Amino acid sequence: MVVYGVALLAACMLAGLVVGDLLGILIGVKANVGGVGIAMLLLILFSDHLKRTLRMNALAEQGILFWSAMYIPIVVAMAAQQDVVAAVKGGPAALIAGVLAVVLSFALVPVIARIGQPADARRDTSQPEAACAMPLKSGE
Amino acid sequence: MFDVLTSVLVKNGLLTAFAVVGATIWVSYWLSRVLTNGRLHGSAIAIMIGLALAYAGGVSSGGHNGLADIKLLSGIGFMGGAMLRDFAIVSTAFGVSFGEIRKAGLSGVVSLFTGVLLSFVVGAAVALAFGYSDPVSMTTIGAGAVTYIVGPVTGAALGASSDVMALSIAAGLVKSVLVMIGTPFMAPYIGLDNPRSAMVFGGLMGTTSGVAGGLAATDPKLVPYGAMTATFYTGLGCLMGPSVLFIATRALMGG
Repeated sequence: MVVYGVALLAACMLAGLVVGDLLGILIGVKANVGGVGIAMLLLILFSDHLKRTLRMNALAEQGILFWSAMYIPIVVAMAAQQDVVAAVKGGPAALIAGVLAVVLSFALVPVIARIGQPADARRDTSQPEAACAMPLKSGE
Repeated sequence: MFDVLTSVLVKNGLLTAFAVVGATIWVSYWLSRVLTNGRLHGSAIAIMIGLALAYAGGVSSGGHNGLADIKLLSGIGFMGGAMLRDFAIVSTAFGVSFGEIRKAGLSGVVSLFTGVLLSFVVGAAVALAFGYSDPVSMTTIGAGAVTYIVGPVTGAALGASSDVMALSIAAGLVKSVLVMIGTPFMAPYIGLDNPRSAMVFGGLMGTTSGVAGGLAATDPKLVPYGAMTATFYTGLGCLMGPSVLFIATRALMGG
């Protein structure tokens, strides 16, 4: 049944949001801490278990895959309701703060992606690593 | 006749949104094929059109929810709202390899702390450069550069003035819009083509909407990995903003 997949997805998300809200209360912040991430982990664990014990069939999978295929349209709808006017109106201070934060974060992606990587994989990329580290130092 | 049409469209807002978004995506993929020969992905164009429409909607309605403030298109607000957005994000985790996530775990955690700290320091420094030298304003604007949720949460906790709050939200919005648009262009230069770098990317950027949109336009297979870390970012920012980051800023500025 298709609905089993949708129900599993919904249950994982609700459980994740509850845990995220509880975490937020526990550490005293007004935000959901990692609810979506926890829901994703739950979905990975449950669906893997159900598939291995053959209790999840192709139809149930369809119930999850439909939503994952709707992801991009939903993101387009999300983009269409951003407060772009406010972002533009914020003036140079907001613009510069936002742009610099993004540019520096982009630059750090390859550097941090190397942390905790196995040594042999690191050796392969040692050349570009040196090349990347230099401009970053001057940017700090 | 026209009244009947609009009343049907308004009453069935979500379905109107499905039709409008579907048409937008169809146009986007057509533009991608005709204008860029498929080089710029259709979904990237669709997201840019979405943002442009949000600007037009915001200007014409004077509201804060882009196109969703236009009554005829209020269903867009539901379709792209937090509930369905998070539902769709969670669904992308189906079929994700748990091993990949565990392998990238450490760099994911490092990226989260680095991401919050880096964006905060940049935002606070820019605030100082523009003459906001009191610790409360600096912290609030710095927190806004983390995400547009962390900014007002921090500002409210510290009692920042409303213009500073607005500025912090604007900084966060600029960041989120820029990540949505810029990611597909930057991806080849920062090695954003595997689950590990996607997790690091999500942890560094942190803006859920930016990461979700940016990765969707780059490679939809990477979405779950980026979203996984990004979801912890705002929480971490809300935790650190009014506490350690404010205390550090005050100590530095001697307020």
